[in-house]
Amino acid sequence: MKLATKLIHGGPTIDQQTGALGIPIYQISTYRQTSVDHFSKYDYARGDNPTREALEDTLAVLEGGTRCLAFASGMAAISTTLMIFSPGDHLVVCDDVYGGAYRVLSTIFSRMGITSTFVDATDLTAIEAAIRPKTKGIYLETPSNPLLKVTDLRRAADIANRHGIITLVDNTFMTPYLQRPLELGCDIVLHSGTKFINGHSDVLCGFAVTGDKELGQRIRYIQNAFGTGLGPQDSFLTLRGVKTLKVRMDQSQMNALKIVAWLKQQPRVTAVHYPGLPEHPGHAIHKAQADGPGAVFSFELDSYETTKRLLENAHLAAFAVSLGGVESIISYPAKMSHASVPKEERERKGITDTLVRLSVGLEDPDDLIADLQQAIG
Amino acid sequence: MNIATQAVQIGLEWDTRTGAVTVPIYQTATFRHPGLGQSTGYDYSRSGNPTRQALEDGIARLDGAARGFAYASGMAAITNLLLLFKSGDHLIVTEDLYGGTCRLFDRIFTQYGLSFSYVDTSNTAEVTAAILPSTKAVFVETLTNPLLKFADLRAISAICRSNNLLLIADNTFLTPYLLRPLDMGADIAVYSATKYLAGHNDTVAGLVTVKDPMLAERVYFHQNSAGAVLGPQDSWLTTRGIKTLAIRMERQQENAGRIAEWLATHPRITKVYYPGLKDHPDHDLMGRESRGFCAMIAFEVDRHELVEQILLKTKLISFAESLGGVESLITFPEVQTHADIPPELRVRLGINNVLLRLSVGIENCDDLIEDLRQALEN
Repeated sequence: MKLATKLIHGGPTIDQQTGALGIPIYQISTYRQTSVDHFSKYDYARGDNPTREALEDTLAVLEGGTRCLAFASGMAAISTTLMIFSPGDHLVVCDDVYGGAYRVLSTIFSRMGITSTFVDATDLTAIEAAIRPKTKGIYLETPSNPLLKVTDLRRAADIANRHGIITLVDNTFMTPYLQRPLELGCDIVLHSGTKFINGHSDVLCGFAVTGDKELGQRIRYIQNAFGTGLGPQDSFLTLRGVKTLKVRMDQSQMNALKIVAWLKQQPRVTAVHYPGLPEHPGHAIHKAQADGPGAVFSFELDSYETTKRLLENAHLAAFAVSLGGVESIISYPAKMSHASVPKEERERKGITDTLVRLSVGLEDPDDLIADLQQAIG
Repeated sequence: MNIATQAVQIGLEWDTRTGAVTVPIYQTATFRHPGLGQSTGYDYSRSGNPTRQALEDGIARLDGAARGFAYASGMAAITNLLLLFKSGDHLIVTEDLYGGTCRLFDRIFTQYGLSFSYVDTSNTAEVTAAILPSTKAVFVETLTNPLLKFADLRAISAICRSNNLLLIADNTFLTPYLLRPLDMGADIAVYSATKYLAGHNDTVAGLVTVKDPMLAERVYFHQNSAGAVLGPQDSWLTTRGIKTLAIRMERQQENAGRIAEWLATHPRITKVYYPGLKDHPDHDLMGRESRGFCAMIAFEVDRHELVEQILLKTKLISFAESLGGVESLITFPEVQTHADIPPELRVRLGINNVLLRLSVGIENCDDLIEDLRQALEN
């Protein structure tokens, strides 16, 4: 079965009892039991909910994993998964990791004795050099946010295997349609499902997918113990959103390519970061591990004034946080996704005050280009 | 602005308080008044609900209409439009009409003194010949169900204009993405939004668009008075569905074109109705007037026994009523969607016991063809 079909039929899709073409929204907290000795699989909705389960099974199929867990947000997925580590454990993390992940690692997990070293993950020797005796995991994003830097996932997973540690990959930008890290040898795939997977800017959700059943069971234990699972309404909406993942991503990506080509010709645009460009330093690696460049890119403008004018005058592209929706969203990493990263650290990483990130939606690309044109001036 | 862009824009700038990029779900029946004799513009949700209004404004923009109206189902939408007429009025109707519409007209509205003549609306001479002194309107399906005849709206609207008749177009199969009836002379367009517009087989909804502001005011009066309005959850889901209308329809059409060609060459298939095929009688007209050929196919198999075999053996393609959603569905019109059409009319139209209707979804096309092949050949 090919991916476009898996999106529609990959998970449970038909209600056994009524034949309804969709899993019902089980808006419940508990289930009646019939035996004192043997509780059914379903006893309390924090642990198991059929609507959430349908979504989880679908994502497991798409990522090529054995187990998927759905969470109340991408950060709930990340922080629940990170609880598989213990005090004293150490992680090697890509240095332009999403600001929200940076925040939990540097202010919450550090307090619990789980420490992190942030490295430039485009450099595999830097990853390996940061590994200590206590290192238990490598945490990666590729392409990264917002500079779209690319890490070679096969080779990073090889390093992890050699050291007997695991690889975690945030696959939010790519989705399983474009990149399947488990197939490349990684151990855990994380997602903010809020983005392309749900794709309509109307739900918060997150996922953790594993290839190894035992690892999946460990995360599932924490999901149930902490109660960070996704609610039934949001599970249903995400299942609904994922059905159009391929057609949305195809269109958004095509639009992104067209807009990038246009931006490159604009005198006020000084740089464009997009792995679809042949001159992008990670282009070849990305091409070898993913099926497309995606629909998010960032670019730099000639001055703060131009940047401000663009952000305030773009009408079609909503100036907002988040990405991956049907509507284009333009954001300002310095003050939004990476506001929690200290200024010097941020500038050192290239997240300057003139950097803008664009997540391209389903609008007609000519309309988007006309909008950017009038806003940049 | 391109229609794909307009579709995505629906509800985007609605919420000025928070800037939320989708319209909130206003699950409320009523609205507090700021003072005596004052209104926020919303008083009671039957009269107006912000979530429903975002959808209504959105469909109006897509169709180039003065106003849009949302109802609890496609049939609720048509019912509300029929209330515009009075006892003694006569309507001319497409003969291979959706069974539910036919039932509504013949079994319910005839009791209230309305009368209906069924004609082949793809033949404009038949339309003209059916006009009586009491005729008030022509009701057509822009692409008919299940035999996929394409209506020549420009020609019919010319007849309507010279005879002072209202033209109502059921544009469910084509949606504003493929064809905008109001641009081609129709006064009112009506939709079962359950189908392509909402597009996920998870919402039952109806929509109406009206070109003339005065006529729209009359429709609004009936919407508010009769009250079969669409609830906020379903309004919101329909809006959400419309955002992917363009890309869904593009993919569905592409799949349908390939499947129709495959069916046409299969030895067990004796007839394929798909306007995208060059031998379809409306192929040229529809190619000029519509952005595409939609994703509905009807076909005949060489013997009746095959019907049950296909319905039960397709695995990806579900045997279910309805159409237009992301998942492919197959139905047997004679006993399902068109059971309420009089048998002799059914036979004359070609809705027989070897005819199947296929609504093509967005799955991978090779997977769908393989599913049909194994169902036909096992």
